[in-house]
Amino acid sequence: MKKLLTGNEAIARGAWEAGVRFASAYPGTPSTEILENIATYKEDILAEWAPNEKVALESAIGASYVGARALASMKHVGLNVAADPLFTVSYTGINGGLVIITADDVGMHSSQNEQDNRNYARAAKIPMFEPSDSQEAKDMIKEAFEISEEYGTPVLFRVTTRVCHSKGIVECGDRKNVEIREYVKDVKKRVPVPAHTPAMRDRVEERLNKLEEFSNSTPWNYIELHDTRIGVVASGCSYRFAKEVFGDSASYLKLGFTNPLPKRLMKEFASKVDKIYVIEEDDPIIENELKALGIQCFGKDVFPYQGEMTPDVIRKAVYGQAKETIEYDTNKVVSRPPTYCAGCPHRGLMYELGKRKNTIISGDIGCYALGFAEPYNAMDWSTCMGASISMAHGAQKVLNTKEDNNIRVVSIIGDSTFFHTGINSLLNVAYNKSNTINVILDNRITAMTGHQENPGTGYTLQGEKTVFVDIEALVKACGIKNVRAINPNNLKEVKEALDWAYSLDEASVIITKWPCVLKKLSEEDKEEFKDAFKTKCSVDSEKCVGCKMCTKTGCPAISFDKIEKKAKIDPNSCVGCEVCLQVCPVKAIGKVEA
Amino acid sequence: MVKSILLVGVGGQGTILASKLLTAGLMEAGYDVKMSEIHGMSQRGGSVSTHVRYGEKVESPVIELGGADILVSFEMMEALRWLRYLRKDGKVVVNNFKINSMPILCGLADYPTGILEELSEKTTTIVVDAAQEAVKIGNAKVMNVILLGTIVKLMGLEGINWDKIIRDNVKPKFIDVNLKAIKVGMDLV
Repeated sequence: MKKLLTGNEAIARGAWEAGVRFASAYPGTPSTEILENIATYKEDILAEWAPNEKVALESAIGASYVGARALASMKHVGLNVAADPLFTVSYTGINGGLVIITADDVGMHSSQNEQDNRNYARAAKIPMFEPSDSQEAKDMIKEAFEISEEYGTPVLFRVTTRVCHSKGIVECGDRKNVEIREYVKDVKKRVPVPAHTPAMRDRVEERLNKLEEFSNSTPWNYIELHDTRIGVVASGCSYRFAKEVFGDSASYLKLGFTNPLPKRLMKEFASKVDKIYVIEEDDPIIENELKALGIQCFGKDVFPYQGEMTPDVIRKAVYGQAKETIEYDTNKVVSRPPTYCAGCPHRGLMYELGKRKNTIISGDIGCYALGFAEPYNAMDWSTCMGASISMAHGAQKVLNTKEDNNIRVVSIIGDSTFFHTGINSLLNVAYNKSNTINVILDNRITAMTGHQENPGTGYTLQGEKTVFVDIEALVKACGIKNVRAINPNNLKEVKEALDWAYSLDEASVIITKWPCVLKKLSEEDKEEFKDAFKTKCSVDSEKCVGCKMCTKTGCPAISFDKIEKKAKIDPNSCVGCEVCLQVCPVKAIGKVEA
Repeated sequence: MVKSILLVGVGGQGTILASKLLTAGLMEAGYDVKMSEIHGMSQRGGSVSTHVRYGEKVESPVIELGGADILVSFEMMEALRWLRYLRKDGKVVVNNFKINSMPILCGLADYPTGILEELSEKTTTIVVDAAQEAVKIGNAKVMNVILLGTIVKLMGLEGINWDKIIRDNVKPKFIDVNLKAIKVGMDLV
């Protein structure tokens, strides 16, 4: 049966066909849809959202130890969080097959950096697969489980945004019934204390040697001979991009299994072609290996380190120019940055916070990161998940040592990000006696990645009801005495809460609680937020004085008519959050029933 | 011969459904098909693009600069933003529909004038008013399928059973209006 699938859908299908029984992940672009699709196989696979990637991988390791085929899936920066268990499960090995999917965001379409997670495979001494399209993604994930069990090793599976989010035709198969293997206690293998680790370490090296043999002989690494004047060495989507440019006018060494690299095959390819181009995204890993083998090749001296190796990039690097393009007057195009939706519950907080003087705002990863931009200017920095609270702490501690310091540091973090790695940071704030102001923007969902459940929503990935985490109680349990929960759409409440927090000489937490406007409300949400999204706002043009105060809320439903000099609200977009209504100085904005 | 279609617009305009129908049709017709789109932050009102490529055997899922046979823009200004992806002799279908971006809404910039003139001067440009056509057939949201109709016509894909594709992929209560929409689009160009 043939289906048109994205790489992520194909991985999910492949995992199901491979007999996977347990899968865990934390959402993150471009990996999110892998678990969302795996979750649809409810009868066969236990699929879960974990609070973070470390927990996801550790859960998968446990599932593997007791004998099930298991996987964990994450975006590239998520593997940093999961790196701790990754490096040691390489030593302990597995029981049921274990595959860790890393989705690298080459081109940084939706990420804070462009790290190349092929480096993790080398550093942790773990085999790695790299599919180039959806069909390979489905087939290789099945092979990855076979290799995992055959060699007793976790396997890394590296995909990139372009593989994750591109569709291709995939020939689908049936599920292989893989029984749960017997669990036999073996502390020498699974307890990495100094008495056991030297033997584990030896096994890792032995395994790598065997895997290099596999790398040389597997059909996933192959030579494709055409014109031999140019030889291209490529893995992942770079191979597809290269074929688009060179077609049959070059020969290829196509690498699907990239750690350890197939040294013998690389030498063989080098002996058959005149000139070698290594086309790889991010770091020169294959290139360096070729050079270490004494093989001359062109790599990062020709191709850029950063960004995708799309056909135009390759063409420009090799031939000096890409295809001819039509140039246009760029003054006729205005930027279109992503913005907060009409009715976004972050708006009220950003509007008030951005106005505060003598304030540093420590941001985090989520939709609220857009608060750095116009018209809010409500962020000074952000780094990684959970960092807002801890960075604010360090900054405030140092500022407090300065005489006459009048700067307060405010951290802003979402509900899901707080659960991810913010809790540890808040423990630190309380334990080390900070006086930071910490705002948890609880929009009742993991929003930016497209609405995934989390420990605060009361539902699991596979739709079961579960416990709700009480954020207020959790914050208090961390040792924070000053806690307030507010409605962020009520600007007076926001302002008063901020005034209160600024007046304290101790740490405080403000929880802004209102659902994301795009969330499909649960029955509990409907009960708790009875009036949500039931009205609209409209401008009385008789009263409007054209002061544009309402446009400073950055709402995409509001526009300003320059000819009439009046503000307008698009009734199709407005959901009646009433933030604009509160900022209008002449009360020209009113409520109408939706 | 591989053909390349670039659909662009603003997050929320329905480029995803249009490309889903398009690729389903192409697959049904026996072509190899690849499609690429970038999800993520762009859905928050940002500029979005979907690359569709089809032929006997497709390697790259991405259209390169100067590589698209047609550029179909669901929003006026977006047609210019993505114009460098069009082949030198390619065609633009531009929806005469404006969506103000945040700098415009905040009063930091004006929506540019002369976009259609600039497009027409530089390449073969077909201006359609899909919004008005959609309202005429009773649902403003089918603008996307009207624009799909223009692609079908311009790429010579009328032989594909689009009725079946729409019936298979659209919610039952929206089937009829979408069947009308694709025909309206085909007749517009």
